[in-house]
Amino acid sequence: MIARRGGGLFRLSALFFGFAFLYLPIALLVLYSFNGSRLVTVWGGFSIRWYGALIDNEKYRDAALTSLEIAVMAATIALVLGTCAGFAMNRFRRFRGRLVFGFMLMAPLVVPEVILGLSLLLLFVAAQSWIGWPASRGIVTVTIAHATFAACFVAVLVRAQLTVFDRVLEEAALDLGARPLAVFWRVTLPGISPALVSGWLLAFTLSLDDLVVASFVSGPSATTLPMAVYSSVRIGVTPEINALATVFLGIVFVMVALAGWLMARQERRRLATATVTA
Amino acid sequence: MTGMGAGLRRFLIGLPFVWLGVFFLLPLAIVAAISFAESADAIPPFKLDWTLANYRALCTGCLSVYTSSLALAALATVLCLLTGYPVAFAIARAPGVWRQLLLFLVMLPFWTSFLIRVYAWIAILQPSGLINRVLLASGLIEQPLPLLYNAFSVTLGLVYSYLPFMILPLYGSLSRLDESLIEAAADLGAPPRRVFLDVILPLSLPGVAAGCLLVFIPAIGEFVIPDLLGGPGTLMVGKMLWQEFFDNVDWPAAAAIAMALVVLLTLPLLVAQRFLEREDPA
Repeated sequence: MIARRGGGLFRLSALFFGFAFLYLPIALLVLYSFNGSRLVTVWGGFSIRWYGALIDNEKYRDAALTSLEIAVMAATIALVLGTCAGFAMNRFRRFRGRLVFGFMLMAPLVVPEVILGLSLLLLFVAAQSWIGWPASRGIVTVTIAHATFAACFVAVLVRAQLTVFDRVLEEAALDLGARPLAVFWRVTLPGISPALVSGWLLAFTLSLDDLVVASFVSGPSATTLPMAVYSSVRIGVTPEINALATVFLGIVFVMVALAGWLMARQERRRLATATVTA
Repeated sequence: MTGMGAGLRRFLIGLPFVWLGVFFLLPLAIVAAISFAESADAIPPFKLDWTLANYRALCTGCLSVYTSSLALAALATVLCLLTGYPVAFAIARAPGVWRQLLLFLVMLPFWTSFLIRVYAWIAILQPSGLINRVLLASGLIEQPLPLLYNAFSVTLGLVYSYLPFMILPLYGSLSRLDESLIEAAADLGAPPRRVFLDVILPLSLPGVAAGCLLVFIPAIGEFVIPDLLGGPGTLMVGKMLWQEFFDNVDWPAAAAIAMALVVLLTLPLLVAQRFLEREDPA
């Protein structure tokens, strides 16, 4: 251990200041969502009036439903694409175009969203004049765009899980005469299910959170929640946004806790079966 | 490949390959084509052509925007590294149970709305915001400090938003570090500073490089942060592209800005690919 004296204090303060920096803005947001005053910086007593205003706000409600619809579809498509891609990169060491494939999988992780959004919009516009599809831009085009970049994130998780996955199980199933497809479906996929769950959740959140790409590829028929929030935030700070952020945080917290609980339960079960069979 | 059906193999490679080809590579080619087009009063608002006018306008008018974007992204990357390293180090040295919880806490903000996390800083930094009111009340300042809508607030926003992307790869490197090397160096009498500079830092360089790339590349083209926290003086490439596209409805100009950004990012992207490839042992 480096510098036993003083080292512990240094590490503790690093953690304290690091996490204070990460969480203070979020904590203030939650606190001020219960502020009775319209002024965002003056405390006017505890109140839940902004939550009431939020529920009555049809703009946010419609946008939230649109966003949820897109996020569920995009996350599901991204899960399928990303699982295939992560598998291909992990298992097939050589194939034609592997370098290009790897680049296409990595680039959307870091390429600025304005470029992804602009390029996809220009594709949709060109496709419309070439083949008449998509007739109009909206939920479908946003879903395709979100599925595309989210798939690359899913691929990273699947690939990472596959590197620690025990291949002996697959080989045993093959030796016992199972077809490759059955092995893939019944041995490999269940084996990497934690990555599949977290991959879907990650894709879902990425879609729900995206403002830039959706702003480019959406049309007048579909406004997502970040687009609605952005148009309010641009005008100025409103307490309703604080309430909305707090609701969001609550949902994320419940979802993450649920996912953690499910994974812990699965791990316990796996351990239990392992002990029984051993 | 042993035992994997050829059809299955073709499907697993082919499906994402074709999808990404159609929805990632092809769109970039279209952007390239339209960057040579002429802006026109039509639907869609351009006329295909082979003119260099958009790039010429970019060179004469907007080079400073690229340099200021690069400078802000580089500054944010360095600050992320300086704040993220001690945190990642402390997490890597924490007892087992704590480690998982702390890692989870680093990732949690990432699961909440990016837009709202940036927006939260407006209420903190504005003239009547938290920091200024505390400073005014304590008598340290007489006038509210101009903390918002300038390079300071944009840099702060970048560091805040991208810090988890720095901490995670750093943690990855630091947690794999062999404890016995550190102990050996300390036992042989190296002072903590030498242990850090000669043992810990060199061994964590892959994490440093990965973290820097994950912060630097997306930060250059960031839109939300300069738009919400920046002022007229802090124009960044992403914001300029957005304005050309949405406010000026000049699609070819926006395409040229995007292409120049792609060219600028190609080298760091290729380096990033090398690093990510190495993460995956065969």
